[in-house]
Amino acid sequence: MSAFILRRLFQSAVAVIVMSLLVFFGVSVVGDPVYMLISPDMPQAEIEATIKQFGFDRPIWEQYFLFVKNALQGDLGNSFIFAEPALKLIVERMPATLELALAAVLMAIVLGIPLGVYAGLKPHSVLSKTIMGGSILGFSLPTFWVGIMLIMIFAVVLGWLPSTGRGETVNVFGVPVSFLTLDGLTHLLLPAFNLALLKISLVIRLARAGTLEVYHQDYIKFARAKGLSSRRIVFVHVLKNIMIPVVTVLGLEFGNLVAFSVVTETIFAWPGMGKLLIGSIQTLDRPVIVGYLLLITVMFVIINLIVDVLYSLLDPRVRLADRGA
Amino acid sequence: MSVEAPDAGLAGSEAAGEAGKARGRVETPLKRFVSDYAESPLAVVAFFVFLAIVAVALLAPVLAPQNPYDLAQVSVLDSRLPPGEVSMEGYTFLLGTDGSGRDMFSAILYGLRISLAVGVLSGLLAMTVGMAIGLVAAYAGGRVETVIMRIVDLQLSFPAVLVALMLVAILGKGIDKIIIALIIVQWAYYARTVRGNALVERRKEYVEAAQCLGLPHRRVVFRHILPNCLAPLIVVATVQTAHAISLEATLSFLGLGLPPTEPSLGLLIANGFQYMLSGSYWISIFPGLALLITIVAINLVGDQLRDVLNPRLRR
Repeated sequence: MSAFILRRLFQSAVAVIVMSLLVFFGVSVVGDPVYMLISPDMPQAEIEATIKQFGFDRPIWEQYFLFVKNALQGDLGNSFIFAEPALKLIVERMPATLELALAAVLMAIVLGIPLGVYAGLKPHSVLSKTIMGGSILGFSLPTFWVGIMLIMIFAVVLGWLPSTGRGETVNVFGVPVSFLTLDGLTHLLLPAFNLALLKISLVIRLARAGTLEVYHQDYIKFARAKGLSSRRIVFVHVLKNIMIPVVTVLGLEFGNLVAFSVVTETIFAWPGMGKLLIGSIQTLDRPVIVGYLLLITVMFVIINLIVDVLYSLLDPRVRLADRGA
Repeated sequence: MSVEAPDAGLAGSEAAGEAGKARGRVETPLKRFVSDYAESPLAVVAFFVFLAIVAVALLAPVLAPQNPYDLAQVSVLDSRLPPGEVSMEGYTFLLGTDGSGRDMFSAILYGLRISLAVGVLSGLLAMTVGMAIGLVAAYAGGRVETVIMRIVDLQLSFPAVLVALMLVAILGKGIDKIIIALIIVQWAYYARTVRGNALVERRKEYVEAAQCLGLPHRRVVFRHILPNCLAPLIVVATVQTAHAISLEATLSFLGLGLPPTEPSLGLLIANGFQYMLSGSYWISIFPGLALLITIVAINLVGDQLRDVLNPRLRR
């Protein structure tokens, strides 16, 4: 097990290094950030001082090593636009994004599993076919389009829910959260559903496939022969066995949700990391772009690692296979 | 109907009937493919919808009542008219007008053209690149294969949206850059598919035979292995094209895609979004519907192709 984790750790480190190289050199090759910081009528001495201050006069590989050295100390440079540390800007907006993503995961589980299990238990009913048809739509609709529709229906036509911002927030351990106030909750509902839609469809598919498979196993037949109520069979025996793929996939998809929140946050003006990234790309705010991309790479690598370990804990066969190897 | 052709029973009585009428007893693979495909009426409808969309996009300059980007034909006085309103010059805006007085119907036709062009072009190029790399990986084996597949795995562990955003952040805006970004996003899917199939095909006797005949590697790879990997590749290509169109629309919507001079559907939707809260729903909704119909139609075709071309599901 520990050899497995070590190997994974090494692979993860390589991935992070490769990504940091790609991102840094890529972003440095685009537009010259110098021109964003100086105006043409500045005196020459001042221009040079600015260039020196941001290290643009050094060779690019030196800039990279400086960047890595600083990054390891948690310093990703100052934002060109906000004149604040990039890391601080990103971290400040992280709770909003995480809240949105967690709410979406919750929705995917709460809505996806019952619908999927139902569709698996009664595969030929009209309702099941409707559910599966809906899940195909959920897969093919572009996120931003669904977001617009949600705003159109619930904010413009019906006027039930707000469409922008986080609403009223409450501080929990110094972190502002929306879901504890009614106002915040109404603000959270639309963007979270928007973000969750793809995952709801995914969970429906997984739960249905799992239920179809599990329901014909001998241990279900045995449980039924033993006289267990069908409720107990579904809630204990079926549910437990379909949870493995669902947990794995949702875990892996969590990073995906954070990435997709770029779109949702832009539509719903949700003040998270994704919205910051879009703004930074448009203004060529290099430290923030690099910082965001690095942070999300690290996050992805960590998520993959956690899911691998969790998987081996949930499914004893993985552990046994590893011990044998 | 099927009495005429007892030999052609494989593909069901309908196909047998048709084949029987034409040739007596021979059933060509193409005919079997068509009849298998036609088993789902929804997929047939989707296919024709897709054909219609392509035709409309190609014929946009002929079909559109105005050229929405010719300033001489657009009048600001007509801006934000709801569907069905009549313009200053007296013709009807079927789907209304946008903020600068452009006819939405025409704008959608032109937008569809750009969206489809970007999607299909990037899909084809990505397929070519991915196919070549995947074949090389499978045929060369060893370290080359390991390195290529590690890169594929690394890329596929990141969501496509994120990779695309990274690339756009790096490359900048513009139609050529979007296409490059979409190629880089997609090639890995093709490479993985081709490599998987090529590995299976490589071990078959006909490849061995070709190698024994002393045929050059290039010929073995492209004339013998590749044609046998095409079926799954077509399925991936269909689904990926829909994906590319959706991704381009997303990027354009975020303001990171195509420049306003080449407005795709995504950009039209983004333009309309600012007017939506004040009630001018049509500027966003209609391009959105056009995008939606395109994507759903391609996906339905892809789904059916997957079922038809999958040998394991063949009855």
